[in-house]
Amino acid sequence: MTSNIALDAPRSPSARTKRGVNWEKWGWIYMRVSGVALVALIFGHLFVNLFLGDGVSQIDFAFVAGKLSDPFWQWYDFFLLWLALIHGTNGMRTIINDYVATASVRRILQGALLSSTVVLLVLGTLVIFTFDPCPAGADPELVASFCADIL
Amino acid sequence: MATATETPAEVGAIQEFTVTVIIRRFDPEKDAEPYWQDFDVQMYSTDRVLDALHKVKWDQDGTLSFRRSCAHGICGSDAMRINGRNRLACKTLIKDLDITKPIYIEAIKGLPLEKDLIVDMEPFFASYRQVQPFLQSSSKPEKERIQSIEERARFDDTTKCILCAACTSSCPVFWTDGQYFGPAAIVNAHRFIFDSRDDQAQVRLDILNDKEGVWRCRTTFNCSEACPRGIEVTKAIAEVKQAILRGKP
Repeated sequence: MTSNIALDAPRSPSARTKRGVNWEKWGWIYMRVSGVALVALIFGHLFVNLFLGDGVSQIDFAFVAGKLSDPFWQWYDFFLLWLALIHGTNGMRTIINDYVATASVRRILQGALLSSTVVLLVLGTLVIFTFDPCPAGADPELVASFCADIL
Repeated sequence: MATATETPAEVGAIQEFTVTVIIRRFDPEKDAEPYWQDFDVQMYSTDRVLDALHKVKWDQDGTLSFRRSCAHGICGSDAMRINGRNRLACKTLIKDLDITKPIYIEAIKGLPLEKDLIVDMEPFFASYRQVQPFLQSSSKPEKERIQSIEERARFDDTTKCILCAACTSSCPVFWTDGQYFGPAAIVNAHRFIFDSRDDQAQVRLDILNDKEGVWRCRTTFNCSEACPRGIEVTKAIAEVKQAILRGKP
């Protein structure tokens, strides 16, 4: 602290390390772009699920299964999942950066955050694209009643 | 005029009242932790918080330490936290505060406390120096560097900064992360980034396009509220962000 009080300090280049791509800038841009997209996606999601048709009472296993069999809703939910989850994860990351001063604790929390996000993204994407309400050869007792009509 | 003595205090007359000030004291040679100490002072409605501190120091307890130089809101020495808000003690009138309650005075937060109301300002000035807050121009005009009224108006707001640290020490990101440049450094970078006579805007934009640069700002507006000069600090930071995205001022 005492060494850099001298007059030459203003002219010395930034002491802060610069390494590779500046992810903070892209993180900031991502939050704004995904935020705008999410407003449209979330209100569309709520409108279709809770307002159109029979409203909130229509939501059951068959309704969700029906949506997830349509490629449009598959991709709709895919973008909703990825944009929202990464948006939330980046927000949590900045909160950890703001409030956790200890480097080791910060690393542990961010590691936990990253791994849980990756797990949720993989699992969610898998469900969206591979969901089958009536798997072939399944015990009819265990699957939904409407499967009898299909199988 | 016999009636004049009977009329109540006329409007605008100077009133006198007793005010309790509670000051957060700390002597690094004696105290392990800061503590609150209260003083009763006779004040007039024309007095400022700085006058209350003077009365305490001169008449009651000479060990009270605080910084003040010009005492007229220009030097930026006496920024402190008054009733939980960062203000200049020399610009805060006692009568504008709620004097039915004690006035709490403490040092600004986020910088190392040295004694009573004095903090170590060096980290603040270190980040100020890092943004190169001086004119850098390669042109060598015969007489002067011409600038239009519009070009001057572009950065007028940020020329008002007096480096009191009220903004930076009100910033919650700076409280927890001393590596953040802080609002004041960005304001002073803004002052030169948008100056048409300056050639090194790009260098400053690169410096602030940092992990600890403008992207750390959470737009909580604490800095804009704290600024005793009325600078729109958060707006200035947003303009620097936009300039970084554009790649030019």
